[in-house]
Amino acid sequence: MTATTVLAVRTSPHAHSTRSVEKIMANVVFALLPICGYAIWLFGISTLALLLATTAAALGTEQMFCRASGKGSTIGDFSAVITGLLLGLTLPPGLPLWMGALGAFIAVGPGKMVFGGLGFNVFNPALVGRAFLQAAFPVAITTYTSAKAVGRFTEFVPSTLAWPFMKAAPITEWVARTKVDGFTGATPLMLQKFDHVTTEPWSMFLGERAGSAGETAPWLILLCGLYLIIRGMMSWRVPAAMLLSSVVLAQAFHMADAARYPGPLFVLFSGGLMLGAMFMATDPVGQPVTPRGMWIYGILMGTLTVAIRFLGGLAEGVMYAILLGNALSPLIDNLTQPKTYGERRKAVA
Amino acid sequence: MPLLEAITGKRLWRGLHVPEHKDETAHLAIRRMPFPPLLVVPLSQHNGAPAVPLVREGQEIVRGEPIAKAGGFVSVPMHAPATGRVQRIALAPSAKGELTEAIYITPYESASQEVLYGAPQDIDKMTPDEIVLAVQETGVVGLGGAAFPTHVKLKVPAGRKIDTVVVNGCECEPYLTADHRVMVEQPGEVLHGARVAMRALGAERAVVGVEDNKMDAVAALKKANGSATDITIEAVPTKYPQGAEKMLVKVLLNREIPSAGLPSEVGLAVFNVATLAQIGDLLPSRRGLIERVVTIAGPGVTKPGNYLVALGTPLRWALAQAGCTSHVSQVILGGPMMGVATGSLDVPVTKGVTGILVLTQDETGRMHPCIKCAACVEACPMQLNPSRLGLLARKDRYEEMETDFHLMDCFECGCCSYVCPSNIPLVQYFRVAKQMNRERKARA
Repeated sequence: MTATTVLAVRTSPHAHSTRSVEKIMANVVFALLPICGYAIWLFGISTLALLLATTAAALGTEQMFCRASGKGSTIGDFSAVITGLLLGLTLPPGLPLWMGALGAFIAVGPGKMVFGGLGFNVFNPALVGRAFLQAAFPVAITTYTSAKAVGRFTEFVPSTLAWPFMKAAPITEWVARTKVDGFTGATPLMLQKFDHVTTEPWSMFLGERAGSAGETAPWLILLCGLYLIIRGMMSWRVPAAMLLSSVVLAQAFHMADAARYPGPLFVLFSGGLMLGAMFMATDPVGQPVTPRGMWIYGILMGTLTVAIRFLGGLAEGVMYAILLGNALSPLIDNLTQPKTYGERRKAVA
Repeated sequence: MPLLEAITGKRLWRGLHVPEHKDETAHLAIRRMPFPPLLVVPLSQHNGAPAVPLVREGQEIVRGEPIAKAGGFVSVPMHAPATGRVQRIALAPSAKGELTEAIYITPYESASQEVLYGAPQDIDKMTPDEIVLAVQETGVVGLGGAAFPTHVKLKVPAGRKIDTVVVNGCECEPYLTADHRVMVEQPGEVLHGARVAMRALGAERAVVGVEDNKMDAVAALKKANGSATDITIEAVPTKYPQGAEKMLVKVLLNREIPSAGLPSEVGLAVFNVATLAQIGDLLPSRRGLIERVVTIAGPGVTKPGNYLVALGTPLRWALAQAGCTSHVSQVILGGPMMGVATGSLDVPVTKGVTGILVLTQDETGRMHPCIKCAACVEACPMQLNPSRLGLLARKDRYEEMETDFHLMDCFECGCCSYVCPSNIPLVQYFRVAKQMNRERKARA
């Protein structure tokens, strides 16, 4: 130390944990990569192209909004990458790329940047994008291709490369041609809801089935989610509450009418419940911050998911359940402020 | 059964595990530091009224002799840290930046570190009120960093009864090991001080809480305590900020000190181990507090350790003795979580300085908006909602922070700022908010 050393004077604390927003987001991206890999293995290059399209569009949109608002670029925080990947993973594998890109634009633009960017959005951006696509293109978003199609690594699903706003080539012929025995283009939830065919839960757990690109393998999603929880990168309460409450409610329905309502394991492993509970309900921005609030939030979303699936007209309810949960989360937060240490109870007048 | 104990045992539920950095100094015995060429003894080293000088410029003083008297009941006297001459009484810099009045002393060359000043007194024959005054005479204040005059806490407030004395040996701040060494090397003094406090307060028992990263201190205290049953020594699982008295009494006795209240409201009085060790050491011979154990550590120190430093020793001298690396970015008085960064090395070591921490890295991460990850809510030992408080602070809604979100309960432990992945300076927001509210009330 020399006589001229200038000492920095800052307020305490003078130590900081190594956990940062960039690190959390990068870890979520790492945790999503195996799920993306599995989706590509299952559905081929169409899915790879779709994930690239949504991610590129998400990043491009964020960059565009940052530039327009005159603020520094925020794409370095990786949150747009997560939005892009998550959106891609919730879409049917053969969705036209332009639709995926449009969904990503809606997700990051109106879904996030309009509110002020990361931290200020009310809803999970990826699900805003998906909800837009569901409303705008109801047919395309419920057109699923079968898993492990022949030639999935050498040719695109015909609909993938459709021109924007042009009618996509019908894929029924393609699905029939490339189908492998034992696989269908219908998702287990659709089979259950509309054809009353219940798929065996453990085969769904393993993941080789039709569905949105990244939702089919609950075991893999569970592992990747647990990685994040163990690394302290996300809350364990929300997924625990959401999964447990949906299982309990499904069991109640199942016990009341086993013929009509499938069992809890079917509910747990079908559709996007695992992906939603692990990666979208846990988006910190949309969740309450109080421990009790997180439980209520998770239970609310689990309950809504089962209610929509069993009682509503849609086959799948995870998306709307989470969006509704997002909307209610500030209210839940207000109602569940923790009792503080040494709090004096207000005297009753 | 260890598992059951882990679940049901005494522990701090909130708070954090922060890297301890205690290994480099915890095993090093306390060493005496030589006198500097000039001592600067501020008259206000404690909370409360400043002391009033008893000496004039040019006067010769003897190590241990009173050089300033207490400026009231909530105030303590100062004693000469070294034999020498009063150079002047003038303003001196303090860690917080403002100038305060201080007595400058030039120690005589080769002045002895032996203390000859003092006279034995029989504590057992004293009444509680006499003990309170005798403790005030020693000049002892809270040596855990708060620097609140200890004798004030030894006086039982009217209408209250103190049943238990809590002895705080947690030392939960990273890097600091001064209390640890005091417990290992002076366990008898600690326990003696605790018994003096029990007598003054009329308490039947005392509990010593020590974090379980200091098991040698627990062993030393237990050995010194022998078969006595009035004092129990308990090891509690290490977690920051367990050394905050509110946390420790909750962990040890499951009592909560009411908001804006004192421990005496729940029948307790809490003292730091180093404070009690000084009382146990000084009181029987009627001496004054003239030195304290200070941990000097951090990546910028070449000879880290625990030093017995004469009060008034300038940081520049202390750091020269402990050795510094060529690059130093920050010097902190206290620990990294709650310590005060000083801008000047002319600031002297005072009664409330637990450690001198020298940091070499000077980086702050990029600040992001709050992503509501709730890490701060999980960490806050007061069970506040720092996330919401931070958002309100950004909107200058200071009043609402106090009325609806318990701002005034925040004791600035730093947990929320430490964990925040967005690098939001939450504690600083709260300091500003408290000050704004104070100013608003003053105007009203």
